[in-house]
Amino acid sequence: MKTFVDKVLEQAEFQPARLLEILRAVQAEFRHIPESAIALIAAGLQIPRTQIIAVAEFYSFLHLTPQGRYDLLISDSITDRMLGNQQVLDALAARLQVEVGGVRGDGLVSLNRTSCTGMCDQGPAGLVNGYPLPRLIPAKIAAVAELIEKQVPLADWPAEMFQVDEPIYRADLLLKQPFSNGEALQTAFARGLAETLAEVDLSHLRGRGGAGFKTALKWRTCSQQTATPRYVICNADEGEPGTFKDRMLLDLYADQVFEGMTVCAAIIGSSHGLVYLRAEYLFLRDKLLAVLQARREQGLLGKAILGREGFDFDIEIRMGAGAYICGEASAQIESLEGKPGIPRTKPPNSVVCGYQRKPTVVDNVETFFAATHIAIQGGQWFADIGTPQSTGTKLLSISGDCRRPGIYEYPFGTTVRQILQDCGADEVMGVQVGGPSGTFISNRELDRVVAFEDLSTAGSFMVFNRTRNLFAIAQNFIDFFAHESCGFCTPCRVGTALLRNQLAKIADGHGAAEDLEQLSALCEVVKNNSHCGLGESAANPILTTLLSYPELYLQQLKAKEFAPGFDLDATLAAARRLAQRDDAAAHLNQVEN
Amino acid sequence: MSGTLTIDGKTIPFAEGQSVIEAARCAGIYIPHLCHRPGYAPHGSCKLCTVFVNGRKTSACTFPAAANQNVVSDTPELKQDRLRLTQMLFVEGNHFCPSCEKSGNCQLQGVAYHLRMLDNHYPHFYPQREVDASHPDILLDHNRCIFCNLCVRASRDKDGKNVFAIAGRGINKRLIVNSASGKLKDSAISVEDEATRVCPTGAILIKRSGYQLPIGQRLYDQHQISEVALSMQDDHEQ
Repeated sequence: MKTFVDKVLEQAEFQPARLLEILRAVQAEFRHIPESAIALIAAGLQIPRTQIIAVAEFYSFLHLTPQGRYDLLISDSITDRMLGNQQVLDALAARLQVEVGGVRGDGLVSLNRTSCTGMCDQGPAGLVNGYPLPRLIPAKIAAVAELIEKQVPLADWPAEMFQVDEPIYRADLLLKQPFSNGEALQTAFARGLAETLAEVDLSHLRGRGGAGFKTALKWRTCSQQTATPRYVICNADEGEPGTFKDRMLLDLYADQVFEGMTVCAAIIGSSHGLVYLRAEYLFLRDKLLAVLQARREQGLLGKAILGREGFDFDIEIRMGAGAYICGEASAQIESLEGKPGIPRTKPPNSVVCGYQRKPTVVDNVETFFAATHIAIQGGQWFADIGTPQSTGTKLLSISGDCRRPGIYEYPFGTTVRQILQDCGADEVMGVQVGGPSGTFISNRELDRVVAFEDLSTAGSFMVFNRTRNLFAIAQNFIDFFAHESCGFCTPCRVGTALLRNQLAKIADGHGAAEDLEQLSALCEVVKNNSHCGLGESAANPILTTLLSYPELYLQQLKAKEFAPGFDLDATLAAARRLAQRDDAAAHLNQVEN
Repeated sequence: MSGTLTIDGKTIPFAEGQSVIEAARCAGIYIPHLCHRPGYAPHGSCKLCTVFVNGRKTSACTFPAAANQNVVSDTPELKQDRLRLTQMLFVEGNHFCPSCEKSGNCQLQGVAYHLRMLDNHYPHFYPQREVDASHPDILLDHNRCIFCNLCVRASRDKDGKNVFAIAGRGINKRLIVNSASGKLKDSAISVEDEATRVCPTGAILIKRSGYQLPIGQRLYDQHQISEVALSMQDDHEQ
């Protein structure tokens, strides 16, 4: 143990900021963070042991109790559910003799659900020891179970089991654009850095992660800070359920993303870039490291980039450990500093006081990708596409009830109707645009458009047909927020758990008119008082489905004004079981009203 | 930077570096709060002090006061939200005032009185939480913890000990103790520590002192929490 931990600490240069990396290594080796490792790490990094426990408990992929040597996690996104993830769980549980949420007695295998793994176009999907298992059809499930029973090392599993496809069904302005390495940097240097920033400004590029902050303003503000060093962070923590376009960009267009980061670094005066890669995309890590190495050899990273004296910049990859909240920029910075991903209090903004309390630009993968092409083609080229408030194109990750789930690039301003037609969706009941934190629209609103000013999305676009249950959708999303709430502030910590219970009461048929009013009021308290975007949007699945299909909620209610939350007869079930009787007298009628 | 700002129509001065809540407090205006304490690093988690600053909602305890700000705190909507947030804290833990030795000295209870809270409104979670009675002088009752972080800050910033931290996520958050056993008796805490005295509820209690003053004669039995909070004006380090 000590030898292993010492080696890991040394590799992390004894930096407390790299605690996640250290704990990930310990987790991978020992299947959990053992008590003895906690003491060694605390001593080695000179941090309180409580910080290690707090981090280990915060992230879903770290554990204080041993997981199986084969740790199976099945994606629990609504689209994975629609593709039968419960059958996958049941089949694996039966074949491997392990409970869902448990570890088999011999420690060989553990099985559980996990938040969306970013494979909604090829679900039902899962992970084994962090590596993706897309398309879990029955034959594949049988094969997985057999490989585990035979204890075949993961490295010897057939490579096609882990094969992730990148189906691009529609390429537009950016995905079609030819590119050769170094082109954006050469153009930017030739044009001048201030002039290149002016082109980014002219393009009206807005952040692709969802919030839509103007990129040029962020870069300019950062460049004007006196504090140094400054940092460039690429937010590759694509956790919004239903989103997988960053997976595709990093898989197929990594050079263009890294070049966008390098252009940003030149403009803001940064020498250190970080990519925060979500744990679910571990399979991309080696590929990205190889791309970075190739770029160093091409003189596009490292010292004196493209021969420009004084411009040194390099990029490191840091892995997340399973926490949706770390997609929020300031939570991501906390995570990069080796802490639980709790969003910081603003002001100050991370542009002023970010990573290591220094000026930091945090941008989405797609934003850097777009910036690369804007640096080459100029701002007007980009601004000519889309709408005045939402220029350019947007990558959509389309999943759910359609014939062609995958990646689509559209100019902003495209109608939902057009998109549904292109992806082959019929008999649509509704569409979730922007993931659980976004907007649910009914089939009466299909002429609405994808744009910051109408339906804003970081890329998630989930289609539901008429066979789907609205409550199953809303409950999946609300459960997701309750699970992913960091728990820092009262309205989100307690409120999301209350929302989950109150929505379940109505969905289960125990709700009265009063309950629907209470639910709406609770939504407002959570939305209006929360610390960050997660809490502000956590009630959206209820608020927007209620707006689209109020009649479905009303049908679900009992016809009375009040229904007690307490079910007397159900509560007596345990007593009946113990007493081994089930006669009429063992049932009591609740006195209602 | 100093100057004046307006709160609920009243113009008040503020000093450089002051938060909105501190500027208000120094001017005799109480904004309900639980995780804030004068002289402590701002935290901003309980959200009771949510106000409008120039039309935008923010926590008064973390937002810096600035010249000509228009702060709105006293509205029926904000008061209603404060009541709901307080009720959330009550149902999240296990708070039984009549049998709690902190009754009358408890800020959660004091705020509830102030907001005229008459019921818990939400269904109780009744979580299973532990009591750590291992320390000879100090009791840690997790049932009453509201995750205000004050003991964490006190131990770290005032006592220099880092005895407490908050772990877990979401509704499963929990206060943890810095010792190999996880028990208070094996930690560096001592009864003289600031961390033993800042708990706004009865989660951290000094043993054998609970009933020295009878219930009915205690702080919030006699005074509104707003009066008590405002009287702390000259005692920033209390």
